[in-house]
Amino acid sequence: MSRAGDEHGPLVDLGNERPQVPARARNMSPIVPRASISGRALVAVVAIMTFLASITTGTVFLVSASAAEWQSEVASEITVQVRPQTGRDLDRDVTAAAEAMRTQPGIVQVKPFSKDDSAKLLEPWLGSGLSIEQLPVPRVVVARVQPGTTLDLASLRRAVTQVAPSASVDDHRAWIERMRSMTGATVFAGIGILVLVIAATIISVSFATRGAMAANRPIVEVLHFVGAGDRYIANHFLRHFLRLGLEGGVIGGGAAMLGFGFSESIAGWFSGTPVGDQFAALLGTFSLPPSGYLALAVQAVAIAAITAWASRRTLFATLDDID
Amino acid sequence: MVRFENVGLRYGLGPEILRDLSFMIPAHSFQFLTGPSGAGKTSLLRLLFLSLRPTRGLVNIFSQDVSLLGKDQIADMRQKIGIVLQDFRLLDHMTTYENVALPFRVMGRDESSYRREVIDLLKWVGLGERMDALPPILSGGEKQRAAIARAVISRPQLLLADEPTGSVDPTLGRRLLRLFIELNRLGTAVIIATHDITLMDQYEARRMVLHQGRLHIYE
Repeated sequence: MSRAGDEHGPLVDLGNERPQVPARARNMSPIVPRASISGRALVAVVAIMTFLASITTGTVFLVSASAAEWQSEVASEITVQVRPQTGRDLDRDVTAAAEAMRTQPGIVQVKPFSKDDSAKLLEPWLGSGLSIEQLPVPRVVVARVQPGTTLDLASLRRAVTQVAPSASVDDHRAWIERMRSMTGATVFAGIGILVLVIAATIISVSFATRGAMAANRPIVEVLHFVGAGDRYIANHFLRHFLRLGLEGGVIGGGAAMLGFGFSESIAGWFSGTPVGDQFAALLGTFSLPPSGYLALAVQAVAIAAITAWASRRTLFATLDDID
Repeated sequence: MVRFENVGLRYGLGPEILRDLSFMIPAHSFQFLTGPSGAGKTSLLRLLFLSLRPTRGLVNIFSQDVSLLGKDQIADMRQKIGIVLQDFRLLDHMTTYENVALPFRVMGRDESSYRREVIDLLKWVGLGERMDALPPILSGGEKQRAAIARAVISRPQLLLADEPTGSVDPTLGRRLLRLFIELNRLGTAVIIATHDITLMDQYEARRMVLHQGRLHIYE
């Protein structure tokens, strides 16, 4: 259906009174006035939520990276313990076990601990000047495994016990399992906290949107009167909320990234103290890998997108009420 | 253009405000809607503007049964209807020019394509000097003229006006009536709800009188 008057002349004829029309386009006010939306509170909420989510994700990254480093170090080592046994020469058994280990495929380095090495290992507990001959102390042979190879442990165990019956082989499986479960628990807790933070963000944003829509109800009504559809109205509000979400995301995510950037220096200040040493043992150098920073940036954008999505959902629900 | 058949309207569980309304509004027609206060004039205008749904009966506007329309179709249809409400409903953060240009903006038209038309109309309704003023500093009469200009600027196929000359002096009232007549001459069907007998006496047109919820038409 064509619009009435499309084929007609002007609606009003002003004759000589016709005003001069400025050639330049007029600066049009935004459809939704910026000042009427309580933006600062929403930016603060999104910034705090993004910061908390970033700290959680960053910590999960640090713990997982340190645990993986630990695991790879421990998994690439095999320890053989040769116990003293009556009627057997311990030195000979250690040398034979080391030789047997060297012949195994996948083992790149074998280091038998001498009597002095063993005494040094025990020094913190038993003091210096120890005569190790007088004690039934087992001797240790440490082997380094080629990374990426799967060692045939059964065959190694057989070869070693054949030449040294009192020897036992330890591939640190129990330790690795413990590390794995600890890392899993940390990541699980991190994901749990992230879910809570995101849920809190959605709820806060929905309330903020509802408040903004209530304050702008007369504008929505007038836009309906002049024939604006819900999509047109929602788009104008959404642009505003997406901008607020991004602003909050950049502030919160940026603060967290700066925090992680400085964490190495902060860890340096505490090194030597018991707390610092504990953290260093658990989290290594305390520096976030580049993939961690990338994850934080993606997370900040995702929280901004969640803000826009929550606003959109609330907007359409509110528009249904207003009409 | 508009067809009502046995239309009734009630708010909630209250009594029927409008009863058994059956009438037609032909294209290019001009009519006054009158009746005592509380007779249901504004409710009838809201039914015509699709901001209320009838509790019974059939409302057909632009050859479409309004009960079957979705929200997007209602928005499209409202772009063909202009409305002037008693409380003006201007946006306080926009200038008079921007308020009047709002229907074009919602249609997605470029500002340069309608600038002259908006300025000409503002001049015609006596707001040439108040184009950049914000509504809070306009007088009641100026707000009313701005609201009328906004309703007619896109040359709707149907114009609904609720007491459009209530806040202006008789001279300006006559000028505004001329604007509605001119709009009608260009093809718009006009319905003016008014109490003003003097205004109705100035132009020979169909009169629709609402009394106790029923409609009487005098051709």
